[in-house]
Amino acid sequence: MEGLTLSDAEQKYYSDLFSYCDIESTKKVAANGRVLELFRAAQLPNDVVLQIMELCGATRLGYFGRSQFYIALKLVAVAQSGFPLRVESINTVKDLPLPRFVASKNEQESRHAASYSSDSENQGSYSGVIPPPPGRGQVKKGSVSHDPVQPRTSADQQEPASPVVSPQQSPPTSPHTWRKHNRHPSGGNSERPLTGPGPFWSPFGEAQSGSSAGDAVWSGHSPPPPQENWVSFADTPPTSTLLTMHPASVQDQTTVRTVASATTANEIRRQSSSYDDPWKITDEQRQYYVNQFKTIQPDLNGFIPGSAAKEFFTKSKLPILELSHIWELSDFDKDGALTLDEFCAAFHLVVARKNGYDLPEKLPESLMPKLIDLEDSADVGDQPGEVGYSGSPAEAPPSKSPSMPSLNQTWPELNQSSEQWETFSERSSSSQTLTQFDSNIAPADPDTAIVHPVPIRMTPSKIHMQEMELKRTGSDHTNPTSPLLVKTSDLSEESKINSSVKFASGNTVDGYSSSDSFTSDPEQLGNNVTHQRSHSGTSPDNTAPPPPPPRPQPSHSRSSSLDMNRTFAVTTGQQQAGVVAHPPAVPPRPQPSQAPGPVVHRPVDADGLITHTSTSPQQIPEQPNFADFSQFEVFAASNVNEEQEDEAEKHAEVLPVEKASDPASSLRVAKTDSKIEEKTAASAPANVSKGTTPLAPPPKPVRRRLKSEDELRPEVDEHTQKTGVLAAVLASQPSIPRSVGKDKKAIQASIRRNKETNTVLARLNSELQQQLKDVLEERISLEVQLEQLRPFSHL
Amino acid sequence: MAVCVAVIAKENYPLYIRSAPTENELKFHYMVHTSLDVVDEKISAMGKALVDQRELYLGLLYPTEDYKVYGYVTNSKVKFVMVVDSSNTALRDNEIRSMFRKLHNSYTDVMCNPFYNPGDRIQSRAFDSMVTSMMIQVC
Repeated sequence: MEGLTLSDAEQKYYSDLFSYCDIESTKKVAANGRVLELFRAAQLPNDVVLQIMELCGATRLGYFGRSQFYIALKLVAVAQSGFPLRVESINTVKDLPLPRFVASKNEQESRHAASYSSDSENQGSYSGVIPPPPGRGQVKKGSVSHDPVQPRTSADQQEPASPVVSPQQSPPTSPHTWRKHNRHPSGGNSERPLTGPGPFWSPFGEAQSGSSAGDAVWSGHSPPPPQENWVSFADTPPTSTLLTMHPASVQDQTTVRTVASATTANEIRRQSSSYDDPWKITDEQRQYYVNQFKTIQPDLNGFIPGSAAKEFFTKSKLPILELSHIWELSDFDKDGALTLDEFCAAFHLVVARKNGYDLPEKLPESLMPKLIDLEDSADVGDQPGEVGYSGSPAEAPPSKSPSMPSLNQTWPELNQSSEQWETFSERSSSSQTLTQFDSNIAPADPDTAIVHPVPIRMTPSKIHMQEMELKRTGSDHTNPTSPLLVKTSDLSEESKINSSVKFASGNTVDGYSSSDSFTSDPEQLGNNVTHQRSHSGTSPDNTAPPPPPPRPQPSHSRSSSLDMNRTFAVTTGQQQAGVVAHPPAVPPRPQPSQAPGPVVHRPVDADGLITHTSTSPQQIPEQPNFADFSQFEVFAASNVNEEQEDEAEKHAEVLPVEKASDPASSLRVAKTDSKIEEKTAASAPANVSKGTTPLAPPPKPVRRRLKSEDELRPEVDEHTQKTGVLAAVLASQPSIPRSVGKDKKAIQASIRRNKETNTVLARLNSELQQQLKDVLEERISLEVQLEQLRPFSHL
Repeated sequence: MAVCVAVIAKENYPLYIRSAPTENELKFHYMVHTSLDVVDEKISAMGKALVDQRELYLGLLYPTEDYKVYGYVTNSKVKFVMVVDSSNTALRDNEIRSMFRKLHNSYTDVMCNPFYNPGDRIQSRAFDSMVTSMMIQVC
């Protein structure tokens, strides 16, 4: 489509028409409803209309965009002027009159076009009436109103057409207004005549057929009609009376309005305000409505429930269908109840209906709850009315505030709040925990919105505490209390933290940093980290101290473990060295009471045993935590004398039972070892094993266990690995000083450690089982040999 | 878009049925009637399931060669049935849902009207206009 050039008047007219058709404010109108009616009202043959629609491209698009609409309007004007429909005719035809959308006679057409494009007098040309809003049928009526004499005749002419067109009339900026009457005073018209309402004129014509001076009629009837109208409403008087009164009342209103409007200089203002006239509520009317409202609902700020309203309005004897429609129009917020404003609007509609007005399709802006207070500011009413209406009453605040500005304000507030709710919920869902932090962040620092939500643990772990601290100290902008600032970049810091932790722990312990990170308290670790940080200078400022107060002893919880670790490290080394060197070395055994037994049989074992024994006793005094050995002792005592066959069971029992405690695990280790030792002992020197087991007095179970471990270890070369493993396991166990009294962190850590121990032990167990099998086979072979030898001996 | 829209009451009588003017309306009435069986079947399948938006929307009830029938049921067992032309570029499920949502909202508005007796035919102009906008979206 080539560019469309419109004159100013055309532009305005088209935009008004478009707004009229654009009932949903979607900036594009479907080819239905208003548009079709509009084109039909253009008095063009159907095929021409179809051609126009096709030319403007609406058929292609499926709807009328603004440009299509304008082109269509231009084509309508072209067609109405009698020019052939061509695409190029849009711009070529000069001085095209505005498209006329009225089943109007020529005089009105010309009037309309002329008045719209000119500022001139509008005596007969109430076409000016039409201007922005399509004057449709009302145009004619307008002229009628304007001129008492003319209207009569034209009213008669237009009467048949009016009912058809009237419902379609609407002002440009509001969905539908009824122009009851153009606001020209019966006298001079320096202003543009404005349209008059459609159906109004039919009764008017009828009623006034006899009278000549509209003014006289108007003035004369001004006071009584309103009251009569109301009275009639309440008492259901004959309709004719209403009709008679109606024009008078309308005229009265019109008179009032025209006087008021006559003062305005702005053409558009006049025009727009004229559109509101038909639906504006006068003061008397309003007072009457308010009184009626009070009879139902004394509180003016309260609601009238739907049922009460139904009863009340049913008294008007209007058909239910129409009452239903009036309700739909007036219940602005669709809540089933009427506020004062809604009630007045409904009442006004009922009155209008009873007086012969057709109900509009949409609530006139003057009747919208907000605008009833703004009777004289039509311009103000136009915009907010539309906004308010299109603003979906459902979203209006439940307070039913009677002022449009408040509605507009609250709506954006609602939007904002909804956005906030959305963001809040979104954030809180994205971050699994610490929603309080979320709320702090969300409104405060929208820039620092969480880019990559990282789940934050509820229970602060060392790592997270470290992260938090690093974040706090390392980031300048963030909230000191927001662990949510953990972002992907923090992961790198995490590794840094780990390394730093290791560094810290490495000072005291080697190789246990990772496990330690789980054991000690976050504060401690945090302290460690901060301590290190201050040392290493990784984070320049310690501005934001972590929430938990740092413990005086950073490594307090780990002290024993660290010590133990140190010890164990040494011990491990010693053990390993001892294990490796066990054959040559003969370390002294503190309590060699039972040791000699097995030692005798297995000197090699004894070495290892001695070695281990030497180490183990060292461990005992050095590690007060090993007091758990008492349990170990008891357990050992209870299990020592058990049969070997029960070993498997005991293993099973032991394993799960001891899962939770380190000493238990060590116990388990010892148990396993003892059992295996028993088995292995039994394999060759059964006596020895038997001797060993009963030889294990309760007071020295530890040693025995350890010895058994030692015995076990040296037995098989491959056991050395296990020895190392066992040693490591043993060593690691005491790393948790007080598992019982520890907090959840320590327990979890200990659990983890125990699980590791379990796996190690399970492996060991399987290997030992294998050994057991071998040994058993050996035993069998030996027994067979014995049997073979015995007959000889028996002989 | 929608070629036919129908609102059926709990007792399975129609409260509102409207077809695009181009087609034989009786055929659509029949289709809607037969779709009620499918709707009932889906409802019973859901059983005592808690009703939420997803379960209000029943989805495609059954397709024919020319049309697809979609269903939606409200909490009060009022059913909305929509017949859509298959030749239309396949409407996305979301669009159908939004159309049903609009229908539901309009129906609620009709219900709020004290002058409307539940069980009456729906004669609200606002409802009509909304349905029209849904049905005639192509010039």
